[in-house]
Amino acid sequence: MTEVKVNVHYLTRVEGHGNIVLNASNGKIEELRWEVTESPRLFEAMLLGRHYSDVSQIASRICGICSIAHSTASIQATEAAFNFRPSEQTVLLRRLLYDAELLESHILHVYFLVAPDYLGTGSVFPLIETHKDVVVRAIRLKKLAYRLAEIIAGRKTHPIALMAGGFARIPETGDLKNIRQEIVEAFPELEATAELLKNFKIPEFTRETEYIALKNDREYAFLSGQIASSDAGLSPLDNYLNITNEFCVPHSTAKYTRNKRESYMVGALARFNLNSEQLLPRAKKAAVELGLNAPCHNPFMIPVAQLVECFHAAEEAVDIIDALLSRGLREESFEIKVKAGRGIGAVEAPRGILFHDYTYNDGGIIIKANCVIPTNQNHNNIQKDMEALAPAIINKPEDEISQTLEMLVRAYDPCISCSTHVLKARITK
Amino acid sequence: MKPKVAFFDFSSCEGCQLDALDLNPEELIALLGAIDIVNFREVMSEKSDDYDIAIVEGAITRESEIGRLQNIRQQAKILIALGSCACIGGLNCLKNHLPMEEALRIVYGKDAGYYDTIPARPLNAVVPVDYYVRGCPANPEELLKVIKAILLKKKPEIPGFPVCVECKMAGNICVFERGMTCLGPVIRAGCGAICITSGRFCWGCRGLVDEPNTESEKEILTKYGLSVDQIVEKFKIYNSYTEVAR
Repeated sequence: MTEVKVNVHYLTRVEGHGNIVLNASNGKIEELRWEVTESPRLFEAMLLGRHYSDVSQIASRICGICSIAHSTASIQATEAAFNFRPSEQTVLLRRLLYDAELLESHILHVYFLVAPDYLGTGSVFPLIETHKDVVVRAIRLKKLAYRLAEIIAGRKTHPIALMAGGFARIPETGDLKNIRQEIVEAFPELEATAELLKNFKIPEFTRETEYIALKNDREYAFLSGQIASSDAGLSPLDNYLNITNEFCVPHSTAKYTRNKRESYMVGALARFNLNSEQLLPRAKKAAVELGLNAPCHNPFMIPVAQLVECFHAAEEAVDIIDALLSRGLREESFEIKVKAGRGIGAVEAPRGILFHDYTYNDGGIIIKANCVIPTNQNHNNIQKDMEALAPAIINKPEDEISQTLEMLVRAYDPCISCSTHVLKARITK
Repeated sequence: MKPKVAFFDFSSCEGCQLDALDLNPEELIALLGAIDIVNFREVMSEKSDDYDIAIVEGAITRESEIGRLQNIRQQAKILIALGSCACIGGLNCLKNHLPMEEALRIVYGKDAGYYDTIPARPLNAVVPVDYYVRGCPANPEELLKVIKAILLKKKPEIPGFPVCVECKMAGNICVFERGMTCLGPVIRAGCGAICITSGRFCWGCRGLVDEPNTESEKEILTKYGLSVDQIVEKFKIYNSYTEVAR
């Protein structure tokens, strides 16, 4: 009898704590689970009783990687509750700030978390000896994104100037001009990244699923739009609970979701599948060169879709800076009139669609909060992908099975602190 | 021999760890020449239980985390608390104002029984901590400074004075003059008053100075017609552990 046991207790190179468990006997899978074990952080409880002016600062701390996405979703929920519409300049600055976060988060994932799998190391650190140019490029791109965010919000991780109503401080024109030049100069670095990814031997695996992302008529949607599903078309934001259908499972401290099928996918590949026609030219060209065509049903291609989005974000950032410079930046005052009510904010965080839903009393104090996190929406899809993939590879050596499953989960770029846990593998035969 | 360094995390957003890598390429490469990182789940697959310096992010919020932290303490010669969650409990302690069962019920509803949680606390409520790198997020340059000092067997210089001092040096107009509350007068500096420079006010993420002059803070509040309650609500965001302890 051949037994296969994979027990990755704390998957590494992901954000947060989760495990992969696989037990098989004579080629028959008896147990296969993606487990989330992160400490419950109870943000929704922590937000209760807080004044609206403090809410986005607290919500930002849900995630150190996508704090701009959380802050923005939070602010949009608050503004929706108070019927406040931000100025055009504010919307442009928020989109520009978000481009910085998307770029930084995707570069971190592609280089630091995914690339070691394809370059045969356990982390980015040994690559300093063998692939110094790759590491230096990764750090330079990350730094560029950090600087862009600093110029707009004072800081990338947990932005400061970003607040309900508008910006507490307007960026300097000179800083915007300089960073624009740096972004333009970074395109060759993104192209070199595309060359690197072209050489990755990406596993061939497909499983069609439902893809969900924001969509609007104006642009490749990151911060506004309706909820689009590849199965069910468009629905308004206030229908989000009927789409996400969160449920709890005993082996996970994160909630799970399902919509039309047994699971759905959110994130870069879902966005690409739904909105690729709206990508800017350089991103479209990169997709062609990288062999990414919509619809793509291979989750191992998520990092490729992320890189395509990096091109888009850089290009969009240049366009937005040009728009800001041509209209002229000005200090704006804004006043929020507090009233009792509920508001929903939705953004495409780097890992997928994110909802914040707040109810305020007439003193501007939160009385109810709900956050639906992208990674929670992917957990169930990861599980179903594992179930589809494992039988095809079950006769391979155990370390290869473990490695492939780990790469699958990692491709999703799970952000488990957000979703509330890490993965690790131990194999005995 | 190069000291072996391990990164660990408890309840947190993991932003401090990730920002720890936000150094210039030369700095990061030089640092990795001086230390061996043997554990860093977030970015490396290799793991080791043999390390000299433990850099720990996050607050303790589950019973099972207490034993894990004690093991880390036992193994490490030096323990560095990284970020507000680890140093002062941080935002996590906001839930301490509610009974734990209720906090769980609010988030997980009828499924609350699946989860365990205890009132959040900083690392030094469980084990002794050797160095504190404060802030939300912690500044990577400051962490680098502490690691350098350890390597050189020197004491790192960490400011004991309030944020106001750095704020004045940054040339900011006082937040109180702009009609808002600010925790700057009683909060430990080291951040360069970054939040005020960016147009906001001090949220208190670095914790109280050693001997906070709360009387003088009250005087300031009175002068500007602000109430103590207003500032207490702000203070709670990062410093609920301190407040609850009082």
